[in-house]
Amino acid sequence: MNDKPEKFIDNNGLRLDGRKADQIRDIKIEVGVLSRADGSCYLEMGNNKVIAAVYGPREVHPRHQQKSTKAIVRYKYNMASFSVEDRKRPGPDRRSIEVSKVSREALEDMIFTEYFPKSAIDIFVEILQADAGTRTAALNAASVALADAGIPMRGLVSACAVGKVDETLVVDLNKDEDNYGQADMPIAMTPDGKITLLQMDGNFTLEQFKQGLEMAQEGCRQVYEFQRKALLDYYAKKEETEEVAVIEEVLQEEAPEEVVEESIAEEMEEIEEDEAEEVKAAEAESDQEIEEDSSETYETSDTVEEEATETEEPEDEDEEKEEDESTIDESDDEREVSQ
Amino acid sequence: MDKRIVIPGDFLSDDVKKAGEGTFIREGKVYANLYGLVNEKNKIRVVPISGKYFPSAGDLIIATVSEITYSNWIMDIKSPYEGLLHISEYPRRIESDEMMKYLNVGDSVLVMVKEVSPSMKIELTMRDSRLKPITNGRLIEVTPSKVPRIIGRGGSMISMLKNATKCNIFVGQNGVIWITGKEKGVNKAIETIHLIDTQAHTNGLTERISKFLKGNETSEVDHKSPDILNELLD
Repeated sequence: MNDKPEKFIDNNGLRLDGRKADQIRDIKIEVGVLSRADGSCYLEMGNNKVIAAVYGPREVHPRHQQKSTKAIVRYKYNMASFSVEDRKRPGPDRRSIEVSKVSREALEDMIFTEYFPKSAIDIFVEILQADAGTRTAALNAASVALADAGIPMRGLVSACAVGKVDETLVVDLNKDEDNYGQADMPIAMTPDGKITLLQMDGNFTLEQFKQGLEMAQEGCRQVYEFQRKALLDYYAKKEETEEVAVIEEVLQEEAPEEVVEESIAEEMEEIEEDEAEEVKAAEAESDQEIEEDSSETYETSDTVEEEATETEEPEDEDEEKEEDESTIDESDDEREVSQ
Repeated sequence: MDKRIVIPGDFLSDDVKKAGEGTFIREGKVYANLYGLVNEKNKIRVVPISGKYFPSAGDLIIATVSEITYSNWIMDIKSPYEGLLHISEYPRRIESDEMMKYLNVGDSVLVMVKEVSPSMKIELTMRDSRLKPITNGRLIEVTPSKVPRIIGRGGSMISMLKNATKCNIFVGQNGVIWITGKEKGVNKAIETIHLIDTQAHTNGLTERISKFLKGNETSEVDHKSPDILNELLD
């Protein structure tokens, strides 16, 4: 629908939206926006609007997908029908499946999956408004949501794209630059510079690739600062209305576990005392039952033996039946003989 | 009160020996692996701001039966993992086909975590005089990380709650709380616990809750009342 822009970089070196070549788009991050999810994050990167939700660790359904030694990570990237100008047909398409796969791999190795065997960590990212670079925005949101969910990780993953327009390397492409440019390379990396996602679409020379990688590194570092600030600020906001002092109090208390045990014991005693009167009569009845049962020696190892004897009993019955049949046969023979 | 918040990957210390829960070691340095608060008493550990309940042996929890198999009750313990109560761990000797009579699907019980295997098979037991099925009262859920605070230092908070509301309150380690008593008291207790759950970041929380309990008889709670907060300093 739109025509290709005449020039991507004007005489002052500024891009179509007024940014410099190495300038990323404005980012806005909100943590904990979905109350039902274990962790969530709403993120805007330029005109991209994405929302990420994390559930887990939780039980795996279907069961056969679970891994006995670690958690499985599932990532679902989806674009809402209204996220693009030409309505996108709902449901996963090949591109969404591809983005889901590479994004999952970008996060998986950062999560300490071995802490949660036989469970699943589900990450859902929905694109509400798309303006190129949705997969990088989605990854940024997913990282924050994972931290919000309390999932142990080696670090946050930050992503941004670098590309080429008019033979100039630019960071964080927008829609026009992506559609009509010469190359687009989304990259995700850890705070210490290890790359977890790297894809490319278009043409780079080796030099341009190397330089692009450096620009992306700087871009990702800036994204990381936004993510970090959002998480720290969320805590500060929580301080005004929420949970934090609870945890601070916990930290101040020495050996809180002992406290818990003692008070639970006290509570149990109190509950018992209160209910003792009601239960006395019932207990008298059940005491008689227990005396009757105790003659059968009620212990763990014995129950196993008892189960074994129970299974043996039906077999005995079968043997008895066979014996009966054989006697019947004998009597028939006898009758025949007598006849 | 040193309240340092960290995010996963934040550097904590060069001393590998001090690494505690919520941290990991890489190349001789200790880093945080959770989003939470750093506690530097003895070992360095990170307490998560939110997280799921992970059982450990000896925990007293409230579980709900979700399935009955031939020799086990499979229980929901509000954790990513389900708990198993073997038929022999019931205080009385019962037969397989009688299991439903004693604990049916949907019943809640007070149980103790007997053992947690490395493959996260969680064995529960009821063979302790403190443990029994729950037949009355109400159950509510809070975040497991709040449990120590709801109980309070030496049981201070929970005692105050019990006295003020004239209810029996049992707080399971998995964040499920059992309250029994007269309806008005139970309602008040639930409101108070939710208050602790959501508004609990102040110093002198115990006093503030005490004021709440003595004060409002109605269910109106002014959530933005910084004046009260400023008054109370522990």
